[in-house]
Parts: sequence; C-alpha cells; structure tokens
Amino acid sequence: MSNSRFMRSYIVGAAIGILSWVVYVVVNAPIGITTALSEVAGAAAVPLIGTEAVAANPYWAKTIPAWDYGTLFLVGTFVGALLSSISEKTFKWEFVPATWKDRFGDKVAPRFFAAFIGGAFVMFGARLAGGCTSGHGISGSLQLAVSSWTFFLVMFVTGILTARIFYSTSSKSTKEDL
Amino acid sequence: MTLPIEGNLTLVLAVVFGSIFGMLLQRGRVANYDVIINQFCFRDFTVLRVMLTAIVVGGIGVYALHQFGLAQYHIKPANMLAVVSGAALFGVGIVLYGYCPGTGIAAVGTGSIHALVGFVGMLFGGIIYALSFSWIETNILAIASFGKIRLPAITAISDPYWLGALLILAVILFRFLDRTKLFEE
Repeated sequence: MSNSRFMRSYIVGAAIGILSWVVYVVVNAPIGITTALSEVAGAAAVPLIGTEAVAANPYWAKTIPAWDYGTLFLVGTFVGALLSSISEKTFKWEFVPATWKDRFGDKVAPRFFAAFIGGAFVMFGARLAGGCTSGHGISGSLQLAVSSWTFFLVMFVTGILTARIFYSTSSKSTKEDL
Repeated sequence: MTLPIEGNLTLVLAVVFGSIFGMLLQRGRVANYDVIINQFCFRDFTVLRVMLTAIVVGGIGVYALHQFGLAQYHIKPANMLAVVSGAALFGVGIVLYGYCPGTGIAAVGTGSIHALVGFVGMLFGGIIYALSFSWIETNILAIASFGKIRLPAITAISDPYWLGALLILAVILFRFLDRTKLFEE
C-alpha cells in the first residue's frame, strides 16, 4: 500500500531526469525557472518604475523581458499542472493549507503575508545564488556543478532550521489528508 | 533536422516541455504545500525522493550524452559568497512560502491562491534584486568567485565514480526511508 506511494516519487523523479536528457539534446537548455521569472519581474516593474528605467537596468539588460523560451516554459509549467490536476480531479481552491492551519489557524491574512515574504526571499535568494531548486537543485546538481551542490545543501540546512522555528510544535494530524 | 533545434519551433517546445514538467510536479505531489513543509520537518520524504532520483537518472544520461557530443554542460559559476548567502535566504523563503519557484507556479495551476500571492512576492523579490544588482555584482558576486567548476575537476575523482557513488547513496537512502518507521510517513 505505502510502497506504491513511494514508487510514484521515484517514477516522477526518473521522468524529470529523462525530461532533462531530452531538453539538453533538443533545445540545449537546462530545465530552470528563475532566470525566466526575473524577466517576468522586469515586465512587472515597467508600470512601477517605467520602461526606460527597466531597459537601463544592468540586470534586466542581460535578461530582457520577452516571450521567449524561458518565459513560455513557465506558462507551460502552469498549464501542465492545471490540466494534470483537473484530469486527476484534485484541482481545488486553497487559501490556507492544512499544515499551516494546524499550526497557525485558518486566518487567510497571516498565510498570505508569509507567502508574499517567503516568495520575495525565495526569488531574491535564487537570483543571488544564480538558480533555484530546478536550475541549481536538479539541473545543476546532475551536472555535478560545485555551485549547485553547495546551493542544494545550504538551502536544505536553513530550510530545516526555519521549519524547526516555525513548525516545532506542529501536530502530525495532517498526514492522513495527503 | 539538426539538433539542438533553434528558431521559433523552440517556443512551441518551451510550452510542451514546460507542460510536461508542470504535470510531473503535480503528479509527483511536490506542487503541494504540505508535502514540501513536511519534507523540512522530516515527516515526508517525497521531495528528496523526487529530486535525488531526477539527479541520478538525469546525471547518468546527460553525462553519456555529453560523452557522445550530443549535450553541452551549462555550469553555473561558483560565486561562493553569493551561492551560500542566496541559498541560505532561499531555504528560509521556501519554508515561509511553502514552495520553490517551479512548484509555486505549478501550485497556482492546482488552485492554490496563497501560491499566487507568493508568486507576486517572487516578482517583488526579483525587482528588488535587479534594482540592487550593481552593488551586489561588485560586493558579493565577485567575492570567492571560482568560475564554472565541477566536482570532478576539484576532487580528481572522475564523473563515472561521482555518478556511481550518487546512485549507490540514493539506493541505500531510499531503501532505508522506504522501510523505516522513524519518520512516521
């Protein structure tokens, strides 16, 4: 019973590995998310700081906001998960997830606040490090890059410490929901 | 037709490959807040199983393709101060957000509204980074910068041994995790 649940993780992991073979050969681009996401951030900055300020920024000059391979890959990631969850009949609107609810209650505002701050940390950290869980964690690690294995290990350590602080007295009742 | 493909066809392939990736994240249950948080609490090892399997399978295949001249490596530079501090922030952020960038985008597709709020947070973080890039480039990225180095180059242990060791480590770890009751999965 439980073995089949674990087996799914291994099959999906292997499939992501095989997908990486295909993308390396067919389009010569490792799977990655945040390089393209910084283009989206550039597009989002246009109404805030103006087109000229975005174009003049030395960082966005390197990753010009456009509908290119990277940003369309992001669109695909969203669409793929959407279709997959609809066909699996697991699509559902979620405002406060179960683990959070157990620990912090069911108020929406605190969860949204943490998601926003966490998202900002994730993106700033990923850009500083040069990649995220996809670009460093999977694509970089599988190439045995020193930077990527460093990222993988350090990220897990601070993640575990943060979880210790935020979830130390969390109940374990959510497991049945999974 | 020559590989790699270039031009407009890559834009179609981007959506196709992205969709497969998003589908795999969703079916692998890693586009799920509880699964990711429980990984960092050692209550669910789905994330580690998926990632390590992808690394081992991907690594062996990409190494073979590289040997036959069919794939090129894309190594991210080891700007160690930036990588360590960026990864440290990322680890804090992933537990607050409950997703990484890829799984967050996939989670929005599964109906997670708080993942969408965090997506806006990611754009905010990206804007802050770009606006502070000039300072970061000289004061952080340039420190302890060793270039695009790989583990085989700095250890004198060649690729097949690294990949073989990773495979053995993964098999031992997975057998242990699948059998143990320690983490009450």
